[in-house]
Amino acid sequence: MTAGFLTRERIVAPPGWSRWLVPPAALSIHLAIGQAYAWSAFKAPLESGLDISGVASALPFTLAIIMLGLSSALFGTKVDANGPRWAMVVATACFVSGFMISGIGLHLGWFWLVVLGYGFVGGIGLGVGYISPVSTLIKWFPDRPGLATGLAIMGFGGGALIASPLTASLLSTFGASGDSPSVPGIGNTFLAMGAIYLVFMSVGWLLIRVPAEGWAPAGWTPGQAKKSGMISTGQVSARNALRTPQFWLLWVVLCFNVTAGIGILERANPIFQDFFAETGTAETLAAAAVGFVSILSLANSLGRIAWSSLSDVLGRKNMYRIYLGVGALLYLLITLIPNQSRALFLVASVLILSFYGAGFATVPAYLRDLFGTYQVGAIHGRLLTAWSTAGVLGPLIVNAIADARIDAGVEGPGRYTAAFAIMIVLLVIAFVCNELIKPVDPKHHEPELDAPADREAVESKGAQA
Amino acid sequence: MSTPEATATWGPLQWVGAVLAWIWVGVPFAYGLYQLVLKIPALFG
Repeated sequence: MTAGFLTRERIVAPPGWSRWLVPPAALSIHLAIGQAYAWSAFKAPLESGLDISGVASALPFTLAIIMLGLSSALFGTKVDANGPRWAMVVATACFVSGFMISGIGLHLGWFWLVVLGYGFVGGIGLGVGYISPVSTLIKWFPDRPGLATGLAIMGFGGGALIASPLTASLLSTFGASGDSPSVPGIGNTFLAMGAIYLVFMSVGWLLIRVPAEGWAPAGWTPGQAKKSGMISTGQVSARNALRTPQFWLLWVVLCFNVTAGIGILERANPIFQDFFAETGTAETLAAAAVGFVSILSLANSLGRIAWSSLSDVLGRKNMYRIYLGVGALLYLLITLIPNQSRALFLVASVLILSFYGAGFATVPAYLRDLFGTYQVGAIHGRLLTAWSTAGVLGPLIVNAIADARIDAGVEGPGRYTAAFAIMIVLLVIAFVCNELIKPVDPKHHEPELDAPADREAVESKGAQA
Repeated sequence: MSTPEATATWGPLQWVGAVLAWIWVGVPFAYGLYQLVLKIPALFG
């Protein structure tokens, strides 16, 4: 019987298939769904065109991030079971439908359809699309999991780099920029972007392949993967992973690392202007602040591949020691000597943001080290609820504290001292949690699977579960 | 296990496909990166 187009059996790589064709497939999905980070490009036109508040215009993005965490947690096991092509098609359908529903909503003047479309439907696409390419790449690159996951997750960061200028250009083309943007023009921008992403993402699910049973990179054996005590040869199911302290410790590590990054990212522009208010005219300061936001975006994106690749050499636990420990020290530095040196402030901020991105990129490889590849996609999906939590809590903490200080008449860097102090505490707690992570107790392992053929058999069994 | 011989049997068509696949994702990413880098000089201006 012929396997269906979307089934795992249909996309098993034939002999001679190069694994270097898999990253472009993964990037086709991640570069598209990374558009979520560029949502702010729609905020001003929506606020002016529909006369809605900043909180309301942020609602589709907030809901999308919440749905990302929820859908990856709920559908992670199904994604692992049905294979990456199925997951990528579902992700494409949801993500593109989100844009289309939003576009139609704006033509009707119904903002709630934008929230439903982009936030709810599109958010499901984000969750399903995020985990599947990552777990597939881990299986293709057992010798370099950090590089592989860093590449895909850098794509998610890079998605905003593409979407920002694309959105601005389309809004301008459809007469939806400036002080009185055309609401149907914003709708047309959504429809056009939906069509563009439909074509772009299609290459991902056409090109994706899974390795054949027993496949390994030339000259590499599974025994070589175990270079330290932190790398398990056992396989843990998603259900059992939730029963281990390692999963929850890593959940706290990811949640607080993301929260700390958002501490700067959320208010990067005003932070820069408040720190260096006396160093130039309003115009030059505003332009410099835009440059500051740009350089942070670059650090966020490049940190994902650079630090994650280094984790293949130094080990995952050591990398998180750097992200969290050095990150806390850098926050302390910009709190104690806030604006004496612009260069010092820049270097510290760039490193903090590179650690923020790296935290996302390294975590799938950390999961693979601890729990094996058996259901790593499903486990990753459950862990992403930490991101959703941080995505809501982080901006809430930073904005609430900064706004209160501004209302109290505080000027300059003092507006952020309390927020940065909280970030330092969170990073220290996360550092301690990382220290507490030990190899998973073998009682949580699936029945002993030392031979690769046996492992494939169980993966196949898991896929059918 | 696959052998080095098995992975070294790429024909011209596969090479073209691989190059096109990387261009498909590389060009948009490079465009986004270029647009971003354009804004950075203002930080030091």
